[in-house]
Amino acid sequence: MTETTSDLKLTALNGAHKALGAKMVSFAGYEMPVYYKGIVAEHKAVRESVGMFDVSHMGEVFVTGPKALDYVQKITINDASKLADGKAQYSAMCRLDGGIVDDLLVYQLAEDRYMLVINAANIDKDFGWMQENSMEGANLSNVSDEYTLLAIQGPHSLDLLSKLTDVNLNNIEFYHFIEGTLAGVQMIISRTGYTGELGFELYLSSDEEESKRVWEAVMEAGQEFDIQPVGLGARDTLRMEMGYCLYGNDITEETNPIEAGLSWITKLDKGSFNGSEAIARVEEEKPKRKLIAFKLEEKGIPRQGYKIMAEGEEIGEVTSGTMSPSLGIGIGMGYVASGYSKKGTTINIVVREKEIPALVHRPPSIKKP
Amino acid sequence: MNFPENLKYAKSHEWVRTEGDTTTIGITDFAQSELGDIVFVDITAAPGDTLNAGDVFGTIEAVKTVSDLYMPIGGTISEINDGLGDAPESINNDPYEDGWLIKITNASLDDGEMIDAAAYQEMVGA
Repeated sequence: MTETTSDLKLTALNGAHKALGAKMVSFAGYEMPVYYKGIVAEHKAVRESVGMFDVSHMGEVFVTGPKALDYVQKITINDASKLADGKAQYSAMCRLDGGIVDDLLVYQLAEDRYMLVINAANIDKDFGWMQENSMEGANLSNVSDEYTLLAIQGPHSLDLLSKLTDVNLNNIEFYHFIEGTLAGVQMIISRTGYTGELGFELYLSSDEEESKRVWEAVMEAGQEFDIQPVGLGARDTLRMEMGYCLYGNDITEETNPIEAGLSWITKLDKGSFNGSEAIARVEEEKPKRKLIAFKLEEKGIPRQGYKIMAEGEEIGEVTSGTMSPSLGIGIGMGYVASGYSKKGTTINIVVREKEIPALVHRPPSIKKP
Repeated sequence: MNFPENLKYAKSHEWVRTEGDTTTIGITDFAQSELGDIVFVDITAAPGDTLNAGDVFGTIEAVKTVSDLYMPIGGTISEINDGLGDAPESINNDPYEDGWLIKITNASLDDGEMIDAAAYQEMVGA
């Protein structure tokens, strides 16, 4: 039933997904699984047990050389000087006007060696931006095609992966990583994820044989936990329940980190960086709008682009929305005029010409298991 | 995929089953599988409403998408499947029985646009 368009890129595990009966879709230029069994079942597997995602479409760029840190400090908004070898941080790159080029993870492999993990849809744009902002002594290489990236997420992820490696995964703290061997394959094992659950992300060679070996080893070791392969559909519902931003929906070049609720990664005190002046101005003047998370109080499902109203006035727009598989209600994110961004505020989402009341809430914060 | 032979199918992926004066309408196995997990059905037409073929009678929401529901033939709504309020997933599990959407009377006789199971199956390539 699946049509393969020849200009779509395939991950090393494309065949494995199809063999599992995945429904494949085109996403950011890749042919990716949107679901296998169903979004709801896969979502619940991650919340209750364990699931595995192929997210090899994500991009990786290495920054190396004596000026690597200076360069990362210049192009990203978080303070990379706070990193140490084996530590990662969530960050973003901004334009000079403060608009977000992309959100990303920064890994410090060594003092002169960083890995930036960027969104698939932005790989070309980001790498172009990085080259435009290049710095003597910092070498850039786009190695996106050389990596398979697997995310193993859920309360049983630690027990499962421990069966496949001698590395004591328990010792890896949240947002830390080690380079080690798992299922006989050399990789970066990172305690990170996009689901809010205990979980790991594995960066390994995109060699097809090695990628399949790891995928199959995890599936087999996961049988006792009823592991499910999880597609992009549940990846989206899981991150929305946590209120994590998705680039292209909730953050874009037209939004700045302050209004997007990313002040916690915006380190204006680290010195000048791309966008710092514009962002400082927004912070001083206070943003006119803010990104909020909300849940509907009546039946209905918010979708991207739906209007947000309050007191008869249009106050904003939904940027992400879904039925929450965990809560069984409609949830979403969107920008509203700042006066309506406080937790507990009632707003209305316009679903097919009908205003449905919703409550601004603070999504569950990142769990620290 | 299952396409019962006693039903007629619309190219817009609804099925109809006529028993006496009443015609039952739902979406096909192919349609539910394309939508994925169905989480909400909002039938906006009410019993007593008379609609024409092609009119929208509600919307169906899967986790990722929302789609309008179209009348495959005209008629007067006589009943709505209230069971879908609590169990929209019955459309995924049993699209031709528990997952029916609406019943109509006075169905327009002109169902020339409808096709049989074999032709529908060929159309969707399943």
